[in-house]
Amino acid sequence: MMHGRVQAGQTVDGFLIGELIHQGGMSTLRKVTRPDIDRPILMKVPKIQEGMDAAAIVSFEMEQMILPRVTGVHVPKFFAAGDFSVQPYIVMESIGGNTLLHKLDQLPLPYEEVAAIGAKVATAIRDLHRQHVIHFDVKPSNIMFRPTGEAVLIDFGLSRHDQLPDLMAEEFRIPYGTGPYLAPEQILGVRKDPRSDLFALGVLLYFFSTGIRPFGDPKGKGQLHKRLWRDPVPPRKLRADYPPWLQEIVLRCLEVDPSRRHPSGGQLSFDLSHPDQVKLTARSERLRRDPWTTAIKRRFNPHTEEPVVRNAASAMQVSTAPIVAVAVDLSGGSEALAEALRETVQRGLERLPDARFAIVNVLKQHRIALDQKLDEDGQNKHLMRLVELRHWAQKLDVAAHRISFHVLESPDPAAAILDYAETNDVDQIVLGARTNSMLRTILGSVSAEVAARAPCTVTVVRPRRQLAGTETAAPGDA
Amino acid sequence: MKLALLADVHANREALEAVLGHARERGSDRFLFLGDYVGYGADPEWVVETLMEMVGNGAVAILGNHDAAVKTGGDAMESPARTVIEWTRGQLGAEQRAFLAALPLTWEEEGRLFLHAEAVAPRKWSYVADGQAAGRSIRSTSCRVTFCGHVHKPALYSMTEMWGSVSEMWKTTVFRPVAGIPVPLMPQRRWLAVIGSVGQPRDGDPSASYAILDSTRNELTHHRVPYDFDVTGEKIRAAGLPWMLAERLRKGL
Repeated sequence: MMHGRVQAGQTVDGFLIGELIHQGGMSTLRKVTRPDIDRPILMKVPKIQEGMDAAAIVSFEMEQMILPRVTGVHVPKFFAAGDFSVQPYIVMESIGGNTLLHKLDQLPLPYEEVAAIGAKVATAIRDLHRQHVIHFDVKPSNIMFRPTGEAVLIDFGLSRHDQLPDLMAEEFRIPYGTGPYLAPEQILGVRKDPRSDLFALGVLLYFFSTGIRPFGDPKGKGQLHKRLWRDPVPPRKLRADYPPWLQEIVLRCLEVDPSRRHPSGGQLSFDLSHPDQVKLTARSERLRRDPWTTAIKRRFNPHTEEPVVRNAASAMQVSTAPIVAVAVDLSGGSEALAEALRETVQRGLERLPDARFAIVNVLKQHRIALDQKLDEDGQNKHLMRLVELRHWAQKLDVAAHRISFHVLESPDPAAAILDYAETNDVDQIVLGARTNSMLRTILGSVSAEVAARAPCTVTVVRPRRQLAGTETAAPGDA
Repeated sequence: MKLALLADVHANREALEAVLGHARERGSDRFLFLGDYVGYGADPEWVVETLMEMVGNGAVAILGNHDAAVKTGGDAMESPARTVIEWTRGQLGAEQRAFLAALPLTWEEEGRLFLHAEAVAPRKWSYVADGQAAGRSIRSTSCRVTFCGHVHKPALYSMTEMWGSVSEMWKTTVFRPVAGIPVPLMPQRRWLAVIGSVGQPRDGDPSASYAILDSTRNELTHHRVPYDFDVTGEKIRAAGLPWMLAERLRKGL
């Protein structure tokens, strides 16, 4: 297994090697070109020398296994790989621009910017989880952005695909990863919970919004373990104007027990994009850490680690933590339909304990600009609709953090619902079928259009219709 | 090149028919059988006949412990297996028995090793039941990839090879294959694939198990194929074989 050094001007498997753009500890990145590929591409080559750590090889193999299996805007596109018998490499799309690392000298960032970055990264994490991959090394230097705004996760050397062998499990020196960002379960050697990525993102959000790393930069096993028993300083103690909703989100990400974090990247992204809908709990009010005595008790309690390991779930779990958008139209005056919708939602709430429900209503807007008086009128209508939605949902048996209410304003209800589903990464849309055939003829069917164009599953709810002229014969007849 | 890998058919005609159809539909151009064509099931004659015909057409078949026991007797076996082997001997003709007796214990091609049980002492019929056993087998051969059966539960083990050797220090990775998902057998690693059982799966899934190796892409895909185990079970009962052998097919245990 001898490899020549890859140098500029050389050709490897048809790729012309260009300038060196990054020299990392484990690998180098060079620009390369090939006549049939018309976009910027990079070649990643592991640094492999006699006697070096096996982890570098295993990690590179892992990336060679996983990168060809993932697709979409949130990962760099894979082009080619070379194996260790000749020259190991991976050729992938060059994203261009900087990683989030370049923001480090501007910290702390404004809260809105942190939330916007976080929402994009959470969406990317969600997309990766949906493809059966847990990243396990979410940190600023592994996050980039496309010119179109989407976050891109790079470096899959520590990742795991839950339908492929986990080569990193072979390593005897667990844990592998980046100290400040490691989730407690990763520190305990558990490599299967997608919510480990949400913990890492929580560390990033805390760091970017306060300028301080919540667990410092620990070295060694003892220091790493500290986050299992010592809670971070609440951000509100560090910055007096820290918004409670952001503290709620960040501290939820940093929960030691993975089952207390957001159930999915999609739901975390949803919270970061809708600050006014974040259900505030005691987390948001915390102004100081737990007393030392409490922390010390946790440290010496032999059972502290149990729930962390026990509650770690596998990647498949994220598919049962969907976001369901329920489009409720109260204008038809059909109590039967409202009731049928409510029943459907109630069943979903019971069957999918990790699902989150967004109750959506479209306030029809005219296309012309509004004057002041009309605008006030609009405000009132908007609030009135929210009141009506909450009234509709009152009979549902649901914890407040699982449900939120949204009034969308648009001239086109179907387009508004579809747009909402797209931007909020909704997994399922539930909506009622208009029963009044007259209205449907004039206005067209919103449910039909949504069902035809939605990026996800659509459930159309209709109260059981009585068929005309089929009354059962009286007993004794015939 | 697509090589279908079948293990532990155990005289189950319905399962073998279903698997052969499934593998041909997926473009398998060659068949390699990893032993145990007879035992447990009620169709040894049909299965061995089918095998002989396929071997005549280029398929490879290696010896399993049940096949060996047809000649040597099932003294080393547990009771239901022994009972069925005694019965099987009476079902097979001389030509079929001679065919089984002449099967090779191991088979090697293109750096791949094929055998029924494991590579340290193939004739001892030890089970590769965990990472340690897999590691011992991997270290005892110079072949990069080993395929075996015998366990009746599909699994895939691997190990890092550095500078031409596999160290005792490194753990073996253990993986339960997901049906239908191709796994790239990274060429710089050592691999051991336990192919599940066609005729008597024991991993809780009653459907027949086998795998296809795509040697061009160097990917291994395990598959599950449903078959009518009630028909198979009925034949086992009708032949007067232990009824629990029919019962376990329904549960895949």
